[in-house]
Amino acid sequence: MSANLVTLLYLVASVCFIQALKGLSHPTTARRGNVFGMVGMAIAIATTIALIAQMRAEAGAGLALIVVGIVVGGAVGTVIARRVQMTKMPELVAAMHSLVGLAAVLIAIVAVHEPGAFGIAGPEGAIPLGNRLELFIGTFVGAITFSGSVIAFGKLSGKFRSAPIVFRGQHWLNLLLALAMIGFGLWFFATQQWTPFLVMTALAFVLGVLIIIPIGGADMPVVVSMLNSYSGWAAAGIGFSLNNSMLIVSGSLVGSSGAILSYIMCRAMNRSFINVILGGFGQEGGAAAAAEQRSYRSGSAEDAAFLMSNAESVIIVPGYGLAVSRAQHALKELAQKLGEKGVSVKYAIHPVAGRMPGHMNVLLAEAEIPYDQVFEMEDINSEFQSTDVVLVVGANDVVNPAAKTPGSPIFGMPILEAHRARNVIVIKRSMAAGYAGLDNELFYMDKTMMTFGDAKKVLEDMVKALE
Amino acid sequence: MEQVDPTVINLVIFVLAIYVGYHVVWNVTPALHTPLMAVTNAISAIIIVGAMLAAGATDTVLGNVFGLLAVALAAVNVFGGFLVTQRMLEMFKKKERPAEKQQ
Repeated sequence: MSANLVTLLYLVASVCFIQALKGLSHPTTARRGNVFGMVGMAIAIATTIALIAQMRAEAGAGLALIVVGIVVGGAVGTVIARRVQMTKMPELVAAMHSLVGLAAVLIAIVAVHEPGAFGIAGPEGAIPLGNRLELFIGTFVGAITFSGSVIAFGKLSGKFRSAPIVFRGQHWLNLLLALAMIGFGLWFFATQQWTPFLVMTALAFVLGVLIIIPIGGADMPVVVSMLNSYSGWAAAGIGFSLNNSMLIVSGSLVGSSGAILSYIMCRAMNRSFINVILGGFGQEGGAAAAAEQRSYRSGSAEDAAFLMSNAESVIIVPGYGLAVSRAQHALKELAQKLGEKGVSVKYAIHPVAGRMPGHMNVLLAEAEIPYDQVFEMEDINSEFQSTDVVLVVGANDVVNPAAKTPGSPIFGMPILEAHRARNVIVIKRSMAAGYAGLDNELFYMDKTMMTFGDAKKVLEDMVKALE
Repeated sequence: MEQVDPTVINLVIFVLAIYVGYHVVWNVTPALHTPLMAVTNAISAIIIVGAMLAAGATDTVLGNVFGLLAVALAAVNVFGGFLVTQRMLEMFKKKERPAEKQQ
């Protein structure tokens, strides 16, 4: 197999990956896109096996190692993919980012140790300057991705405290470490010595931890997207080091995808990327909120069910509280009952409704809620004012009209305009403030009825009342 | 004319690929952003190619061991990423047919 053929097959694989992402533009084409992705990966792996078999006279032992690695890793991956709960997707994705990061670091270490194996050794084993630069960038991006993702995984799964950890001089410390890391990287670049390379890698691991600890639990959608982006850049960096265009293309696709998702998430929270990364948000709120007692109207699940069954149109606003109490199926049943009574039911999804981009859509899809009833914020906001009843389940800040009031901490954040509807029903555990630590005007409006309790229990009671 | 440095060619590919990624990803429907992240997990595991070279084309124990580890880690992502994406996309597919029948 000639080098040209290998490169052409790698090109085919790259095109398959582009097709995989392109397919996701609509649910009907998405599955075919995923098949393209798998085919691309199979081509890439088979080509590389053939390349190694041809490159080396006695490739048997090496190929056996590769097969063992693929079988063991593949088995683990398959079991995880089958078993993982949809509510746990953010943790899974964070864990998978960390694996890419660690693999990138391991590959880079081998590349420095034995550059000849990757065809990047010059005379006397010296790695060309360009590749050294790329190795050092690929390594530290990989290392930061690894340790940062481990922390993100811990915070998402509740293994570590998800509250932001902040201390004085934090940002200066990070800056200092980053500069030191780059310094050692340049030292490696100039000399190709092990010491600076290993010190740089260690610093990058520490830096990954320090970057993520000040970021609070509810900012995790941004963090997960950002680490997604990093894992792509790490792959692209390794691609540069090994002069492999397929790795560069795939890494860039993933890198830009993660960057766009981070941007979308930041926009949905009306916060700048820098503001999220510097962290510490949502730590002082809370206390200031519950200052005064205000009157609100509360009603039972039966009252709420009666109101909805007499409506012509209902829009449901699900929030993360819905997923926490595993109430998706109860919600679907309620919607079905209302549908049978001739009520038009739609779902309105805020971009940060879950713990990662698009999370709520997957949770609703899992409950077999038809996706043509599920609408994004921009598409449904104009419909609220002509809607009879809005049912808010486990959401708070994303329907807070304070976002329209200048001076409010969340001013400017795009919200679902539930307050414009004729009636609002809110299912909530208590009057406690949301993540932003703000009181929600919506709860005190005359047209709002609060129904307290666990979301799943209340929804089931509503279904019973409709029977 | 002198030969172009491979790094420069890589840079050309890199910049163009970012453009492709940017335009393709903006077209992804927001409802499928979670499957997008899962499938990009699988795609970034393309570094398995580098890992395979590390495991299979090296002559030292360090190369073999680290390479094997990297292959296994990347393989978790390859299989896990594509399969979990498939599982999620099945959910989006399933209700489509009953909905059509009702109409």
